[in-house]
Order: sequence, then C-alpha cells, then structure tokens
Amino acid sequence: MPWDEGLVNSLVYDAPDPNEGRVLSYAAALREALDLALESDPAVFVLGQGVDDPGSMFGTTKGLHEKYGRERVFDTPLSEETMMGASAGAAMNGMRPVFMHNRPDFILLAMNQLVTHAAKFHFMDNGQTTVPMVVWAAIGRGWGSGAQHSQAIQGILLGVPGVKIVMPSTPFDAKGLMLSAISDNNPVLIFEHRWLMKKDGLVPEGIYKVPIGKGIYRRRGGDLTIVGASHAIELGLTAANKLAAEGIEADVIDLRTLKPMDVDIIEESLRKTGRLLVVDTGWAMGGVCAEVGCLAAERWLDYLKAPVRRIGLPDVPTPAGFTLEQFYYPDVERISGAIRDLVRARSTVSVP
Amino acid sequence: MGSGASRIMTQPPSSQPLGPEGSGIAPISTMIQYRYEGEGIEGFLRRGPAYPSEFHLRLFRDMFRIRLIEEEIERRYHEDQMKTPIHLVIGQEATSVGCCASLTHTDLLYSSHRTHGNYLAKGGDLKAMLCEMFCRVNGCVGSRGGSMHLIDKRVGMAGTSAIVAGAVPIAVGAALAAKMKRESHVTVVFFGDAATEEGAASESLNFAVLKQLPIIFFCENNFYSVQSPLWTRQPARSLSKWASGYGLPSVQVDGMNVLAVHEATRAAVERARNGGGPTFIEAMCYRFRAHGGSGDDTRTGYREQEERQAWDAVDPVTLHDRYLTDAGLLSDSGRDRMRDEIVAEIKDAFEFAMASPNPVEADLYRHVYAV
Repeated sequence: MPWDEGLVNSLVYDAPDPNEGRVLSYAAALREALDLALESDPAVFVLGQGVDDPGSMFGTTKGLHEKYGRERVFDTPLSEETMMGASAGAAMNGMRPVFMHNRPDFILLAMNQLVTHAAKFHFMDNGQTTVPMVVWAAIGRGWGSGAQHSQAIQGILLGVPGVKIVMPSTPFDAKGLMLSAISDNNPVLIFEHRWLMKKDGLVPEGIYKVPIGKGIYRRRGGDLTIVGASHAIELGLTAANKLAAEGIEADVIDLRTLKPMDVDIIEESLRKTGRLLVVDTGWAMGGVCAEVGCLAAERWLDYLKAPVRRIGLPDVPTPAGFTLEQFYYPDVERISGAIRDLVRARSTVSVP
Repeated sequence: MGSGASRIMTQPPSSQPLGPEGSGIAPISTMIQYRYEGEGIEGFLRRGPAYPSEFHLRLFRDMFRIRLIEEEIERRYHEDQMKTPIHLVIGQEATSVGCCASLTHTDLLYSSHRTHGNYLAKGGDLKAMLCEMFCRVNGCVGSRGGSMHLIDKRVGMAGTSAIVAGAVPIAVGAALAAKMKRESHVTVVFFGDAATEEGAASESLNFAVLKQLPIIFFCENNFYSVQSPLWTRQPARSLSKWASGYGLPSVQVDGMNVLAVHEATRAAVERARNGGGPTFIEAMCYRFRAHGGSGDDTRTGYREQEERQAWDAVDPVTLHDRYLTDAGLLSDSGRDRMRDEIVAEIKDAFEFAMASPNPVEADLYRHVYAV
C-alpha cells in the first residue's frame, strides 16, 4: 500500500532521546514481541492473510516465517470465519495462535466464531477449556480508506463478555501488551492504529509485559481528565500540552486496555479534576466514549463540575474522500476546543 | 449405498420418478420424498468383514441404551422440570455409536445442538448429562449447557455449538493443533445436512485439505433442517459428491446401519492417524422426532406420514436387534436383562439429577475469564 505508506511516513511524532535507551518503531516493537514469543514458546504460532508476504503486516511479521518455518508463521485462505474458529480450536487444544488482520473490518466477517464461540467456550464448558488466542488488527485512517477499511470496532466488542480488548499507544506498550496478550489465557483483541506504526519510542530488549487491565497517566494536571487509548492519546496529549500555555493542566489517562477497564484510575483523577473528556478512535455512540461517560453519570456524578464531553466519530460511516474526512475525524483543534469549553464551564456551575 | 442414492436427495415432490408399469420395480409413492436406500445389516455383512458377537452386542447395547434414555427424557419432558430445549436423537443412534466405536477417549469429538447420542456414545456420564437437563450444579458443565452443550473433555467430548456449522472450524483448529504438536489422536466433527450450506463448512473443508489435517467431517444427513426439506435448500446432488469437490475422500453410508457407519469411520480414522488427511462421511439417516422437543411432528405436514413410517421399518435399533435375534446372538431373555439393567441405570441417574443442588448466584460469575 504505497499510498498508505506515504501518508504514515509523513506523520511527525516527538522523537525519543536515544541516550535514554534503545529506540524502535512501533512496528519493529511488535515484530520483536512476536519474535520473542515464537522463540520462547513452541505453542505460539502466527497466521493471517499476508503475514509472510513482502508487506509482512506493516513489517510486524517480517522474516518470521523464514526464522520459524511456515508451519508456525503462515498465510491463510481468505476464510475469516473459519480461520477465527480454527484459531479458537487450536487455542482450546494447547496452542497460542496470533491471528492477524490488516484491518478490523475483516474481523467483522468472523464475528460468529469470535463472539459466539471463542469468547464463550471457557464459560460454556464450565472452565474445562481455555482459549488463549490473540486477534490483532490495525485501524486504518485516511487516504481513501473509506467506509470499509477504517472501522474502529472496539465499541462493538466492548459489550462482549469473555474477550479482552487492548489498544496500545506507544512502541513500549505495543511490545509489552502483545507479550501479555499472548500469555493471557483468554481471547485478547489488540487494535493498533495504522498511524502509529512508524512512531518511534524507547523499547527495552527481551521479554517484558505491560499488565492488561491497568491504565497509566501520560500527563498530570488538575483541571480536567482526558481519557482514551491508542491514537486518541496522541491527539489528547498534543492538545493538553498545547493548552498548558493557556494555563490549563490536564490529566491524560491512557487506558491501554479497554476491557477489562481500569475504572479506578479514572475515578482517582476525576475526583481531583471534576471534568471529563473521553476521546476515542471509534464512534462516540455506544462505544468507549459512551461507556466511560455512563460510568461518570452512574458512579461519579458528585465529582462532576461540568457535563461530560466525548469526542469520537459522529454516527456516520467513514467517507473515503479527503475533504469530507476533515470534518469526520477528531483532531487536536477539536479536542482543544472541547477542553476550553469544559474548563470554562467552571463559572457556569453554581453550588446552591 | 445403492446406485439410486442420489434419487432420494433433493427433488421436489412433483419430479419424483415412478417405477414404470411392469418393470418389476415397485412404484415409488409420490408421498415419500426421502427413501431408505441401504441394504440392511445382512446385505452389508455379505460383503463386509465378520465381527465377534461381543462387538455386535456392544453396538446394540449402546444404541439400545441411548434409545431408552431418550425415551425416558421424552416421557418426562412434559413435567417441565427439564427447562432446556431438547433435540432427541431417536432414529439417529447408529451414527454416534458406529462412529464412536472406532474412536478412543483421546480422540476428540465436536458436535452440534443434537448432542445426546454423541455424548453418550463417546463415554459421557449419564448422571452428569441428566443434571444438565435439570440445570443442576452436578451437570457436566455445571448447568451452563443444558441439552445442547454436553461437554466432557475427559472422554474427548470436546465441544459443541448451537450455531449450525459453528463447531466445524473449531474442530479444524483442534486437528491443526494435533498436527502441529505431532499428536496421534484424530478429531471428528458431527453436523447435519444444513451445515453444508454454511460458508464455514466450505472454508473448513478447503483448509483441512490444504493442511491435510487429521479430521473426519461426519455429516448426518437426515434431510430436514427443522422443518425445511433438503430440496428447498440445495440442488439435486449428494452431499458427499459436493464435499469430494474439495479434494478429500468422501463417502456416503447407510446411517441406519451401525456397522456401515463403523466401517466408514474406521477407515477414515486409520487414514487420519497415518497422515492421510481428512475424510468426509455422509450418513443417510432419519430423525423420528421433531427438530426440538418431544413427540413426532410429522402431522404438521412438512413431511409425509408415509415417509416417516417407511423409515420406521429400518429403525437402527430394531434393525440390529432383528439381525442379532435371527443370528441367534440375542435371546428374548438376554434383551430383557439388558433392558432391566439400563432402565435401572436410568432411574438411578434421574434420581441423582433431581436430588442434585441448583447452582447459586456466585456460580454465574465463575469462568467468564480464565486465570
């Protein structure tokens, strides 16, 4: 995908300081995680359309089929449902598959096996079976990805018991969460973002794990709480850093894992700030934004000094055209506007 | 099966061929859509191997036991204490018993919603099965399965799906794992004729052949998906022919004849164990009861009474009983003794199930996630 590549290459991120440690790209960090997992556990195998082709899933599987053989790293037929089911069946019988998809849109073809089978076997057979599998995909954005190559489906899956959902935002987390996901005994979905693949970061060598179900502060501030994951953190953090110049200081919480969600870290921050902005790469309705917003209404109403704000996608499919896209996606400007609104709301709330 | 097997497959009633006058072929009633084309036990044995009488009796007992269990479940279903949909296998005992006679406990069996026969033939515990019917905590899956999800990994009853063809890809994955781990067990997956209409079945056959997986695709063709006959769902061609297009050995067998099923499965198991890859078996059989619930629903009109009665004549349990009796292998007193033993076992198991405790609220939250 040269067009896609060009777009991603043009993105500018803060460069890590190489004096602080080893610098790797997000994609290289993922490749290293898969390499280490394949090396350390013979039960691990990697499958997906094109994992052994020259594109090698954005470079995340590059050369792995040569190193570990095509029995453990293999291309698949274009049979998403059956390959999802076969991954689950293999997982139920002692293997640890990592089933990779270019885009989450293709996972929708396999929802029967993912949602109705893989997510439920451990429960249905009363714990006789575990289903340790990883389902991986990179959310697309821009350059004509359009309605069918850009869907961020984490919100659809948020309400499915039995699955875990992970969305890393840094190369460090991409590697550490992949290793955690592979060693987890449940179906774990990892949604990466295409725009993060060329982002560099400090990545330690060897095996380390980022805990599933734990969020992390990416920035500290007392005026409001920004919650998100994956590429939404990139946007939220940029906006928050910018608004510091205006005297607004935000907590930025990277959830890292959407399910199970680290509710405690959100509560801790919200108790302090009283203002909540949720940012997500998916649709605002019924998704991550909606869930976090609902938690605030349900549990933390007493802390709130202003109405909850959510910035996700409008209830509209993704347009392929560049111009319409500008109106579609959240950006730093829109997030900054929401932050200013939230902080300004201070004066409008009066305590009787 | 006879050469006329395809005739019974998939044709609307109006095109049903009639035997010509004076041809010596009995006229085929237009009332019968799907007709038995097998050769019976004796016919099969004329060509096939001889079996020890113990083996015959074991097969018969296993089928007889499943029949009596199913009849007791059916008899008591109206009491409304078994709060689960039931999918009885009455009429389809030979497929499970014939197949499982070729398997060991370490071989894996995956199945659909119609699991009673599979579970019992594979060696599943009757008490634990009935506890599922009564939604009790001592059920084989702690009351989470009911009638459709009878699972016991200790005997290789590895998983079921209530989504048609749902277990097929799972079984393919199990076979993939066995191959990757160089294990010698085989995987069998049971499904009905309608499962072959699902995309997952086509995808699974393709992948299993591609990777030469040690798996047996066992299709019980009973001609009906709930109340939809095969001819409204598929063109006129046999399912085994359809499957053979994927490049794997594919056979059609008499699913009312436990020996024919056993022979076909034995050959497939041997092939799979020796690295010969997958096999597709289409067993022609008939469901004597409704898709779900108790009783025969033929009167609702989706199939003819005459068709149902014609298959009665080849009931797999009576077919084998008649053979054993004629061959002097089973006496009336021997059958009575067998029945008494089974009835006592069933009575005991029902009592155990009904005396078993119900789950408590805390049980609901167990095993949502594995640690």
